[in-house]
Amino acid sequence: MTDVIPDALKDERIKPVSPLRRALIRPELGGICGTILVFLLFAVIAGDSGMFAAEGVMNWTVVSAQFMVIAVGACLLMIAGEFDLSTGSMIGFSGVMMAILSVHLGVPLWLAIIATFAFCILLGGVNGWLVIRTGLPSFIVTLAFLYILRGLTIWSSIYFTRQTIIGGVAEKAAADWLAPIFGGKVLGRLFTWMGEAGWIATFTRGNRAGQPVIDGIPMLVVWAIVLVIFGHWLLTRTKFGNWIFAAGGDALAARYVGVPVNRVKILMFMFSAFCACVFATCQVMEFGSAAADRGLLKEFEAIICVVIGGALLTGGYGSVIGAALGAIIFGVVQQGLFFANAESSLFRVFLGVILLTAVIMNTYIRRIITGER
Amino acid sequence: MSAIVEMRNITKHFGHVIALAGVSFDVKAGECHCLLGDNGAGKSTFIKIMSGVYKPSGGEVLVEGTPTLFQSPRDAMAAGIATVYQDLAMIPLMSVSRNFWMGREPERGVWPFRTFDTAKADDITVKEMRKMGISLRGPDQAVGTLSGGERQTVAIARAVYFGAKVLILDEPTSALGVRQTANVLSTIDRVRKQGIGVVFITHNVRHALAVGDRFTVLNRGQTLGTAERGTVDAAALQDMMAGGQELALLEASLGGTI
Repeated sequence: MTDVIPDALKDERIKPVSPLRRALIRPELGGICGTILVFLLFAVIAGDSGMFAAEGVMNWTVVSAQFMVIAVGACLLMIAGEFDLSTGSMIGFSGVMMAILSVHLGVPLWLAIIATFAFCILLGGVNGWLVIRTGLPSFIVTLAFLYILRGLTIWSSIYFTRQTIIGGVAEKAAADWLAPIFGGKVLGRLFTWMGEAGWIATFTRGNRAGQPVIDGIPMLVVWAIVLVIFGHWLLTRTKFGNWIFAAGGDALAARYVGVPVNRVKILMFMFSAFCACVFATCQVMEFGSAAADRGLLKEFEAIICVVIGGALLTGGYGSVIGAALGAIIFGVVQQGLFFANAESSLFRVFLGVILLTAVIMNTYIRRIITGER
Repeated sequence: MSAIVEMRNITKHFGHVIALAGVSFDVKAGECHCLLGDNGAGKSTFIKIMSGVYKPSGGEVLVEGTPTLFQSPRDAMAAGIATVYQDLAMIPLMSVSRNFWMGREPERGVWPFRTFDTAKADDITVKEMRKMGISLRGPDQAVGTLSGGERQTVAIARAVYFGAKVLILDEPTSALGVRQTANVLSTIDRVRKQGIGVVFITHNVRHALAVGDRFTVLNRGQTLGTAERGTVDAAALQDMMAGGQELALLEASLGGTI
């Protein structure tokens, strides 16, 4: 939002705010500072470990992209004033549903993917509908779904296949037209060219000798970027985005001026389920299998990304770009500690510290912007 | 002059509770009609029926002479009835511009790439706020940084800009200081002079007398009649609101300070 005020409208009672300060005071500031800090830190402690070589970059990019996909859904939903704690279970559920349909019931993979998306988005809608109709906090309703969906996932996996990991999806994906949209890679030729030009490392031995160490950008990363751009555009540039802010800021006030608050909230629950499905499908295609325990704790990781990114837990305030930065911080810290050969349990300590720091900083920034007391 | 909105013999029951037992009320263009009543008198219920939030259990709502049944607040808004709620008028975390256009965002572009026309929205917001005597640091200033009186004024400016014929103000002055109250009262006067009918709900007799043209008192879900300006004084209104007797006794013992 730019605010060019014609001279005639300027008021001598209002102190001018320096452009620098105005540029700095934004919801994403905490996320931006955190990202810079994390990169600086790992440049120092893991700079020579290959973390910033092509392969290393791709490694933490993919992990960050995973967080980003679910953080976008969680972010828009949180700004609309609700939580979805069933995201992680939804990831497990949709993966297993897709695998059972295609591998064990012989449904074509593309149809299995579409059916799974449709059913999970419907489940998201049920989540939202229950929250609206019962007036219960979404925390409770989606917590119930966290257990219901996880239980159903494990049960159905064992019922159909007698095991909790369902393989054989890779074979089905090979000849499928829809699978590459989730499991494929793009820009492979660019990397081949970069490998030939010597910009990135190539394999020196084995049957892939001469090929670059990375053979393309996974579709998951493309999905993450597309979802972030879409989410940011929707939130800041459209009428619907204004309704999302309004629904979360004060549902009653929004309703009184004619904002269809229930519709906005239910749609956001559905979008959150959609994001979980994207995550699950990409993962199933990548591994060639589905497992009943996939997505464990993902709902909290998504919420952490969103909160690091400057969103208010109670709704009405936040930024998709901030959530994306939160996801990058999360991914870089998780993988960076691995590159730095640090004890992996330290990851949680570090994450807790970052979460706390970012939230304290965001609270301060938000008070300046919104005049909260 | 005929009334823009007329409410005839409105009743409203919530289960066993009779909130309104036959209330009649009307508002004409360019007047400020004050609705007075103590807490629990049924003021809020009454205006929620007028603004389409509740449906009446009985009675008629006439908009410019035509009987109308509002299904939702949107219907009432479409009929030109705008309501400014005491504490629900604005969302503090959102910018003035986003609040101003909430629910009616201007758009540009072609579907599905239609976007919220923020340039137009910001421009009009700043101009409209200027007209009401408020200078913004910028249209992206959050409403939370405005004072209570300024927030009411933003809400009033919004309603007026969107073509309200009737403006319902739910206790706009009850939480305000002296200066801010004066600002809101002068805003009411300004709006009335533009030919908009104002329904001013309050329990403060002095605020009502300062701007009101007519006064209706609600007590325990019933009207105690409507009085023209100049035919009543503060004491009479106060009496009607509290139901007479008891307050008269109390007032005597307190030395007439209520």
